[in-house]
Amino acid sequence: MPEETLLEFAGVHTHYGDLHVLKGVDYTVARDDIVVLLGGNASGKSTTMKTIMGTVTPSKGEVRFRGAPINRLSTSERVKRGIAPVLEARRLFPRMTVYENLEMGAYTRKRGPDFDEDLERVYALFPRVKERRQQLAGTLSGGEQQMVAIGRALMARPALICMDEPSMGLSPRFVEIVFGIIQTINRQGVAIFMVEQNAHMALQIASRGYVLQTGRVVLSGPAADLAANPAIREAYLGELQVEDS
Amino acid sequence: MTGTAVFLQQLVNGLSLGAMYALLALGFTLVYGILELINFAHFNVFMVGAFVGLIVLQSFGLQGQTVLLHGAPLVLALLASLAVTMLASGVLGVLIERYTLRPMRNVRGPMAMITTIGVSYILFNLVLLLTNAQALNYPDPMPSVDYHLGGVTIRLKAVIIWVVAAVLMWGLNLFVRRSRLGKAMRAVAQDAEAARMMGVEVDQVVMIAFFAGSALAGAAGMIFGLYYNFTQYSIGYTAGLRAFTAAVLGGIGNVPGAMVGGLLIGLIETIGSQYIAAKWADVIIFSILIFTLVFRPAGLLGAQSPNRS
Repeated sequence: MPEETLLEFAGVHTHYGDLHVLKGVDYTVARDDIVVLLGGNASGKSTTMKTIMGTVTPSKGEVRFRGAPINRLSTSERVKRGIAPVLEARRLFPRMTVYENLEMGAYTRKRGPDFDEDLERVYALFPRVKERRQQLAGTLSGGEQQMVAIGRALMARPALICMDEPSMGLSPRFVEIVFGIIQTINRQGVAIFMVEQNAHMALQIASRGYVLQTGRVVLSGPAADLAANPAIREAYLGELQVEDS
Repeated sequence: MTGTAVFLQQLVNGLSLGAMYALLALGFTLVYGILELINFAHFNVFMVGAFVGLIVLQSFGLQGQTVLLHGAPLVLALLASLAVTMLASGVLGVLIERYTLRPMRNVRGPMAMITTIGVSYILFNLVLLLTNAQALNYPDPMPSVDYHLGGVTIRLKAVIIWVVAAVLMWGLNLFVRRSRLGKAMRAVAQDAEAARMMGVEVDQVVMIAFFAGSALAGAAGMIFGLYYNFTQYSIGYTAGLRAFTAAVLGGIGNVPGAMVGGLLIGLIETIGSQYIAAKWADVIIFSILIFTLVFRPAGLLGAQSPNRS
C-alpha cells in the first residue's frame, strides 16, 4: 500500500564527522499511524528527529515523504510539505506571546481564512491556550507550554508531527492530558512519529513501534506486540523478566 | 540666559545628538540580538553613510551653505536623499554580512567579531584615501529658522532631525513587533534553532537585520553631517563608541533599550559638557559604559540575547 505511506527511511546512515550514528535504519509511518521510537541514550533517537526535520543530512540511504525523496530539502521546505516538529523541552519563544508563538507555527503558510480556521481548531483543542493567548509564553507552566508547542505544530497544518519527548518534565496529570490530545489529533488525520521515554504510556496509544539500539533498529512491530515483548518489558517498562517454571 | 534656560537649551541640543545615537545604537542591538556579535564595522558604515548623504545632497545641486530650499522642494530633496543614503548603507551592510561574516557563521569564538574590526579598518582607510583625509563641508539647505520658547532656541534643523528619527524608530518598532519578518527576527533572537524548525530561513533574517541596522546607520550619518555641517573619514569612531555605549546602557539586543540609551547618552553628552567640561564628555560616557557592565550588565531595560542551550 505505497499510497498509505507518509514517511519512509530506507537504509539511512548519518555521520557527525567520524561518528557513525544511524547505521542503516528503515522506518515507515503511514497516514493514520502513531509510531513510537524507543531507545536508550545515544541510540540515535534525536538524530532520527533531526534527519526528519532536515538539520542532519543522511550520508547514505534515502528519506522519503509522500513517496518523494527529501534528503536535500531545507527544513522550511519540509514544513511547507507537511512535517511539523514538537521539539524536546518545548522550545517556545519565551518573550513572545502565546498567540505569536502560534503564528510562528504557521510561518511558512500564507495568511488567510485557513489560518483563522486552524487557530480555532487549536483553541478548541486547548481552551487553556486560548485563555492565555496574550501572555508571554515564558510565563506559562510546563504543561501549558507543551500545549502551546503542540498547537504551534498544528498551525503548520501538517500531515505528520514529529514529537521529541512530549511527556518530559510534565506532571502525571499533564502526561495523561498530552497523550489524550495526541490521540485526538491523530484521529483528526495527523500522523505522529514520537520519541518517548515513557514507553508504557506511549505503547498504549501507539499503533506501531521501533526499538533503536546504537544506531540500528533491533525490534519493530505493532505496539501491542512490543508492549508484550519480555525484552521490552525489562528494558523500557521497568519490569524484571520473571521466569515461568 | 537664565540657569533654567541654559539647562533646557542643552536638553534640546541633547535630543538631536540622542536621536542620532539612538539610530546608530539600533544597528548594534539588532545584530547582537540575533548573532550575539558586536559588529564593529557598524562604526564605519555610519561614516560611509555620512559621505553617501553628502554626495546625494550635492547631486541635487545643494552645495555649501548658500543654496536654500523651502517648503515642498526642501522636504522632497531631504526625503529623497535620506532614502538613497539609507538604501546604499543598507546594501553595504548586507554585502559585509554576506561576504565577510556568513562564511564565519559556524566558526566558534571571537573570529567573526575580529573580522568586523578588519572590515571597519578597510572602510576607514578607503575613505581616508578617497578624501585625502580632508574634512568635507556638508550642505545646509535648510533656512535657519529659529523658534524661541521661553529663552530656548529651537532650530528648524533640529526639529527636522527629531521628526526623521522619530518616524524611523517608530517604523522599525512597528516592523519588529508586527510584521511577519519582524516576528521571525525576534523568534531567531530568542531561539534560533526552534525558529529554523518553524521554517524560518535564518540567513534571510540575518540579512534583514544587517540591512535595517545599516540603513539606520546611514540615516544617522546623514544626521551627523547636517548637524555638525561636516563629515570626515574619522567620525565613525567616537560616534560609534558612544552609540555602542547607548546600546549597552539600554540593554543590548533590546530595541526600545537602544532608543532610550541613545537619547540618554545624547543628553548626558550635552548636559555634561555644559556643567562639567566638553573634554570630559567621553570620560563621563565611558564611565557609564563601565558602570553599566559592572553593576547592571543587562542594561536599563534588560539585555535580550539568544539563549544558547
